[in-house]
Amino acid sequence: MTIASLLSTPSELTDNASSKSAIVLMTRVRLARNLAGRSFPGWAREAQRTEVLTLCREALLATAPMKRSADAAVSDLSELEKQMLVERHLISRELSGSPAGAGVVINKDQTVSVMINEEDHLRIQVLRAGFQLKKAWSVINALDSELEGRLDYAFSPRLGYLTACPTNLGTGLRASAMMHLPALVIAGQMEKVVRAVNQLGMVVRGLFGEGSDASGSIFQISNQTTLGESEEAIIKRLGSVLESIVEHELNARAKLLETDATKLFDKIGRAYGILQNSHQLTSTEAMNLLSLLRLGIDLLVFPEETRAVVDRLFIEAQPGHIQSTAKHDLESNKRDILRAERLRAEFATFAKPNFTINGEN
Amino acid sequence: MASPLKCDLCTNPATVHLTQIVNNKVHKVDLCEACAQAKGVTDPSGFSLADLLLKASLNPEMPASAVRCEQCGFTQSDFKKQGRFGCPQCYETFSSLIDPMLDNMHKGTAHAGKIPEKALERKSLHDRLGELESSLDDAVKAERYEDAARYRDEINQLKQSFEQPKAAR
Repeated sequence: MTIASLLSTPSELTDNASSKSAIVLMTRVRLARNLAGRSFPGWAREAQRTEVLTLCREALLATAPMKRSADAAVSDLSELEKQMLVERHLISRELSGSPAGAGVVINKDQTVSVMINEEDHLRIQVLRAGFQLKKAWSVINALDSELEGRLDYAFSPRLGYLTACPTNLGTGLRASAMMHLPALVIAGQMEKVVRAVNQLGMVVRGLFGEGSDASGSIFQISNQTTLGESEEAIIKRLGSVLESIVEHELNARAKLLETDATKLFDKIGRAYGILQNSHQLTSTEAMNLLSLLRLGIDLLVFPEETRAVVDRLFIEAQPGHIQSTAKHDLESNKRDILRAERLRAEFATFAKPNFTINGEN
Repeated sequence: MASPLKCDLCTNPATVHLTQIVNNKVHKVDLCEACAQAKGVTDPSGFSLADLLLKASLNPEMPASAVRCEQCGFTQSDFKKQGRFGCPQCYETFSSLIDPMLDNMHKGTAHAGKIPEKALERKSLHDRLGELESSLDDAVKAERYEDAARYRDEINQLKQSFEQPKAAR
């Protein structure tokens, strides 16, 4: 399977949207692994990196979960393909800009992706729609065990899995959830949440990781420390933090409905109107509008069936995905026009909002 | 206060003081306005204190050291520049540098998670094979042929278990 044909099918994220993924859009677990006796990618010479790439690729493609995967050297991917993979959370921005000798292997349903020679020799990632930390861990644990039968990992009994950056040492595990928190944002409580989450040893980031903004009210929450605790303990701790954030978001929604339902419905109604009628939309604005529609679905303003459409558009409204539908390279303002056109078409047949379900309004 | 606190990342006076409690441990970082801005500390969408602590602990003049990693040639000043190590062996080479930093960075300083059992088993088999092969050489040189035969049989057995790891168990 090629990366191009993989990109022409929808991603795990958008295919499996359900009310179960209302607030936690997606969970991800990644493991950092390195090969014993070999320089880390950032320090290795090109020839060494190429050798590691070959070794890892072969070992990966021989495992049961990665059979018939799409795999490619990063240098063989076009800029657009790389961007689309980033937008689907299948590779990192860092990998897409990495020097020769980097690669990626992605399984058929786009739930497992392995970056080779990013910051570490291997960055194994499992992605699941909704709140499925434990499931994601068991899948990645099995793949890691199978891989470990074929590759000699750099491991120290005292320090665990050895990683290029000491912040990933030990388990090499980063578990994270992508959360949709519009009510906490509207209520201005996000700063408080970030502070509380930080105190519990977890990190909050924007949609695309470090340094990215939180457009669409989507945040990533992940564990900060990796050494001194078992994988199960980390996942359990993160799980309970996520549950409490979900609860805060639900409370914030209830409060907004109680105190100012009109304002909230006005926002959702306007978002719907703009998506149906606008002729120029930046990706940030589109994300913010889609975020409000998604909130509308959670509040039963729109039928549940529309969730999959909105979640798909979250990804398809990204610059790379919009560009991919055009025949030639577009400047960003032309892309904004195309994006608006695309969304107008989607929303022409979208269910009408029903603001009466919730009683008073 | 006698002298104002200095920024952990540069030498300007610190005006932003962060205290974070992670796993019942208090971590403190003092920054100047500019560094705090640059590190996104003031940005509510989040920053990672662990990264910051790593960089801050690298900044105070580290004792110059000529130690080089035997495996990859990495030096302490490379680590200071990049915040990343050169190879797995570096953790041994620079243990006196990194070990004290781990306590601040993580929940504990000892691994408590998964162990790559197959890889470790493979390594111990390899090590055992190496030992047996040198014993065999010694025995042959010393003309202890009975011992040599015994070593050879053991080597063959080990090699078989390499090829069929499951059947051997």
